[in-house]
Formats: sequence, C-alpha cells, structure tokens
Amino acid sequence: MPVLTRLLGLLLVLVVLGWLVFVFVTGTPYALQQLVNGVTLGMIYGLIAVGYTMVYGIIGMINFAHGDIFMVGAFLSLIALIALSSLGVTSVPLALALTLLFAAAIAALYGWTVERVAYRPLRGSFRLAPLISAIGMSITLQNFVQVSQGARVKPMEPLLPGGISLLNDPDFAVQLSWMQIAIVVTTLAVLGVFTWIVTRTPLGRSMRACEQDLKMAGLLGIDTDRTISLTFVLGALLAAVAGLMILLYYGVIDFYIGFVAGVKAFTAAVLGGIGSLPGAVLGGLLIGLIETFWSAYFSVQYKDVAAFSILVIALIFLPTGILGRADVEKV
Amino acid sequence: MLRRILLGAAASFALAVGFGVAAAEAQIQIAVVGPMTGQYAAFGTQMREGAEQAVADINKAGGVLGQQLVLNIGDDACDPRQAVSVANDMASKGVKFVAGHYCSGSSIPASKVYTDEGLLQISPASTNPKYTDEGAWNTFRVCGRDDQQGAIAGKYLADHFKNEKVAILNDNSAYGKGLADQTKKAFEAAGGKVAMEAAYTPGERDYSALVSRLKQAGVAVIYVGGYHTESGLIIRQAKEQGMKATLVGGDALVTNEFWQIAGDAGNGTMMTFPADPRHRPSAAAVVKEFKDKNIDPEGYVLYTYAAVQIFAEAAQKAGSADPKKVAEVMKSSGPWPTVLGPIGFDKKGDITASDYVFYVWKNGSYAEM
Repeated sequence: MPVLTRLLGLLLVLVVLGWLVFVFVTGTPYALQQLVNGVTLGMIYGLIAVGYTMVYGIIGMINFAHGDIFMVGAFLSLIALIALSSLGVTSVPLALALTLLFAAAIAALYGWTVERVAYRPLRGSFRLAPLISAIGMSITLQNFVQVSQGARVKPMEPLLPGGISLLNDPDFAVQLSWMQIAIVVTTLAVLGVFTWIVTRTPLGRSMRACEQDLKMAGLLGIDTDRTISLTFVLGALLAAVAGLMILLYYGVIDFYIGFVAGVKAFTAAVLGGIGSLPGAVLGGLLIGLIETFWSAYFSVQYKDVAAFSILVIALIFLPTGILGRADVEKV
Repeated sequence: MLRRILLGAAASFALAVGFGVAAAEAQIQIAVVGPMTGQYAAFGTQMREGAEQAVADINKAGGVLGQQLVLNIGDDACDPRQAVSVANDMASKGVKFVAGHYCSGSSIPASKVYTDEGLLQISPASTNPKYTDEGAWNTFRVCGRDDQQGAIAGKYLADHFKNEKVAILNDNSAYGKGLADQTKKAFEAAGGKVAMEAAYTPGERDYSALVSRLKQAGVAVIYVGGYHTESGLIIRQAKEQGMKATLVGGDALVTNEFWQIAGDAGNGTMMTFPADPRHRPSAAAVVKEFKDKNIDPEGYVLYTYAAVQIFAEAAQKAGSADPKKVAEVMKSSGPWPTVLGPIGFDKKGDITASDYVFYVWKNGSYAEM
C-alpha cells in the first residue's frame, strides 16, 4: 500500500477516535447508553456473521441461505417455547436449554439438507452456480415459512425482563438489560467454541485442509463431502443460537427477518475479513457501533448509508477486510 | 358403440362450453388488492375478509344488474413496484373495479395504471392526500385523509401536551411521512413546538439508538407517522430503557398485532381512527354475519365491505358496470347507504364527512377516548 494511502487511513481513524473521546467526555451517560445499544446490536450481527464466514472460509462460497436458516431457528425456538409452556415447564433455564437443544437439532437438519439439495450437486460446476442456488434456497425457505407459519408477525412475552442501571445520573439513567449481557456473553462464547473447533480438533483440521485445496485434501484421504456437510451443520447450529437470541431480545419475529439480518451480517463478515471468525465478530461490532453512533449524533435516517460508506472506505484501505488474509481468492 | 360414446362426450363437452360462455357473460369481475403477504399482511387479511363477505351478500341478493360479482384477490405486499404489476394484471383480467390498495405508497402508483386502463378504484385505507389530489376520474376512498387525521392529532397534541416535549417521527413511507407532516403542521399552527424530528427505517428490529436519542432529548410524547410493527417496537424499547413517554399514532395502530408486539408497554398509546364502525346501527346485521363466522370485523374489514357495496349500488344506479359511468354516478348522486352509514363523495373522490376520534390502548384492547 502506498505510504500516502496508509497515512490517509490512519488520519481517518484518528479523527473518528478523537471525536468519540470528545462525545464521551461531553455527555458521558448518553454516549454510554449508545455504546450499550451499539455493542448489543453489533454482537447480534457478529453472531450471524460467524456462520457466513465459516462456510466461506471452507468452500469459498457465500451461503445466502444462512440468514434464512437463522430465521427458521427463531421460529423453531418460538415453537419450542410455546410447546414447553403448554407442557407446564415453568423453570426458565430448563425451558431455554431444551429450546436451544430442539432448535439447534432441527436447524442443523435444515443446514445439512440445504447443502445436500442445493450445493452438493453443483460442486463441480462453475463458480456462480452455487451462488444462484443459494439465493434460490433463501427464497424457498422464506416462502416455506411464510406459507406454513403465516405472514403475520409472531410476538413473544419477554422471558428475561429487567436489568441494571449504570451511572445513575438524575437526568439520564443508563439501562443495561440482562438480555443485552446475555447476547454479548453468548456471542463471545460461541466465537471461542468455534475457534477451538476450527483450530484444535480433527474436524477443524479437515476443514482447514479443504479450505486450502479441496482436491488435494480429497486425494490425501479426507472425506471432503462429509467435512463440508459438517461445516454447514455447524453454521446452522450458530444460526439457531442467533435465532433464539433475537427472539428473546426483540420479542417479535416474522418470516422476513433473515433477509435484513443476513445482509447486515454478510457486510460484517466482509468488513472483518471474510473467512476469519474473530473478524466476523469484529466486523459485526463495527457495523453495529457505526449505525448506533451515527443515529445518535447525526441522522437516524442515513445510518445505513453511513454504515455502507464506511464499509466501502474500509475496503479501499484494507481490501481483504480487517483480519482477512490475502490468499483467499475464491468468490 | 364407441361412436355413440364419442358423440355423447362431444355433446356434453359442447354443452359445458356453452354453459361456460353463458356463465362468463353474467359476471362482473372485481378485485380486492392489498398486502396479502409481507409485514402488513394483517391488513390484507382484513380487506379480503370484508370484500369476500360483501361479494357473497350482494350475490345472494341477486348480484348487480342481474349479474354475479366475481372477486379476484391481488397481493401487492405494500410494495409500490409489485402494486403496479398487480394493477396491470387486474386490468388484463378485465376487472372493472378494485377495492384497494392498503398502503398509500401502493395505491398512488397503481391508480395511474387504473386510470389509463379504465378501472375504478376505491381505497378502503389509503389516507395520503396525494391519492385523490391528482384529480383522476377513477380514484375514490371510503376512509379519511391524513390532513383531516393530522389536523385532529396536531390539535390534540397542542391542547394536551403544550408544556411537554413532543417528538414527531415518521417511517419515510407515503402514509407515514404524509401523516407526520400534516400533524406537525396542525401542531405548530396551534402553537406547539416540535422538540425533535426524525425518520427511521421500517422493517428493522433495533430502534434502541433512536430511543436513547428521544430519552436524551427528554421527550414525553412520541408521535409516530408509521405502521404498527415499528411503532410497537419503538414504544417497547423505550419502556425497556426506562422512558415514560406516551406513544401517539395514526389509524395504522388499530390492529391487535400492535398489542402483541408492544405488550404492556403499549398501555396508554393513543391513535386517531374514525369512530368505530362496528358500533354503528348500519353495520349491526353485517357485524353479526362476521361474528357467526368467527371473524372480528376490526380495522378495515367493514371499510372494504363498504367499498364493494358502493360500487354495486352505483353500478345499479348507472345501469351499467362501465367504470367511467359508475364513477360519474358516484360523484353526482349519493350519499350511498353502506355498512359505515351513508357515504357521499366530493369532486376529488374523498368522502364528504370524516369523523376521526382518538382511541386508546389499554390492557390489550382499544376503545374510544
């Protein structure tokens, strides 16, 4: 990178950081509340982005249906919660554990089926074929849920209400809800577990081998079909976790949530460096913070414009994303 | 033997075709178009239920001009582009009259197609003034206009919350922005001062940044020009952040889904809507029919019913189902007896009397204030 570009990039980052310090010093409670909002939103984006980035990292394909698996996960969680409450399960931790188990299992089945039906038959085909197939799968899942569950929004009562007040300023009480803490903890835990799987387990080793060279990995005795299937299953598990979190946090889902969340999460994955797990969470965090702080101090209306402009600027300076590696070139 | 069977088959086929043609002649194609899918599908369902019942009742009473009405159902998902393609589709099917659309953002572009193709349009729900202000011959509505709705909301806000901080939000849709602008105009004309104005993106889940901003500005009353999904999420997230603000909105909050989304945070939410049509004497018989079918004729059900009724009455009076003639009669004669009570139209196609009142949400149901 030319020195001038690098200096310009550095200058931009410094300006933004300086401005952030300024707003925190001048209006601490408000800035802190917005930080809480932004981190939560960013962690949700990150949680979904990890699923995108993992599949991309292994087979170099953007799984556009991931956002919709996430939506299916949210619906499965809702169904499980309703069923459990009608069965008389009143303990919240038990209900959540069973719900997560159920949603993850069925969503994993969805992930496996999607790969089997829509991607595997196209594996030897030209590169754009699975991409189009993924978009088709996304539309199929959306319409399937719309027809089977109805188009109306599905609401849910808050399961974990309340939270704590930070910084009890008389003018402005900063609220941090239990759900917000739960989302941050879950995302970081999921990131930890999946980083461990990819870097420390035999499955992770096969995944990394497939990532480097699918054909060679196959010749060396790695069951590539099985590895790819398992990658999709893991991605779907992540999506189910994210679906449950969204349902609990916002309390309203419909068949369309996968699309909006998917676009944002995909952007986060690209910004963080697609293929990198910590990059996905970092990218999600950045997008969430940019959107929130732009809405907080500039115009609420143009927050998406701000987020995507910053994505463009970031990609000019860092073409492979923040934590991306230059050698992945498979789109 | 075989020949006889063949002959018999041919004869019955000819008979069937003959009947088909005869049946087609004694029919008038009409349509209801609204968001049957998508995030506003709740309203599309209301419209469909109202139109289906009206068509069934009219056909049972002998149809229009001795012909039966046939109802086509169109889905625009509240998407302006899809609205135009559905409008073209209806025109190609030979539809004479469309009860629809729901969203103003769909009704306006679709009305251009209907004007060109010669279809009559009566919207049960599109309140944006622009819809009839364009002065096309074929655009009517049986609901009020946002300037009427906004005038009442703006005056109410100025009368009751003069010393409070009032924020006016909109979702940038034709309906939401139109309503917010009209409310702001009336509010300022009555001496109010807007503390904060903002537009948000509909279809999202997270409005926490906007809510924190409202909280920072010390807003006590949030007026939202927008639909129930986002309004519900905004008030819910506001209460979660410890705000004590009151939400005030327009006719789009008149659906049970608002309460499902907002939950207890929706308590005290106020919105403008015409005096509940379900309680009018003219609606008693029809309301009973709906209740027998286990349908609550809330929101726009009866409005859509009335739109179909007016078309039938006016066509009968005009002696023709030709949309141009029906439109002329609709404006020159009237008022028309409907489930909503008598409805007359002015030159633009707006109703001559509107009766917006304030409703309030309390513990899961809404009632006139």
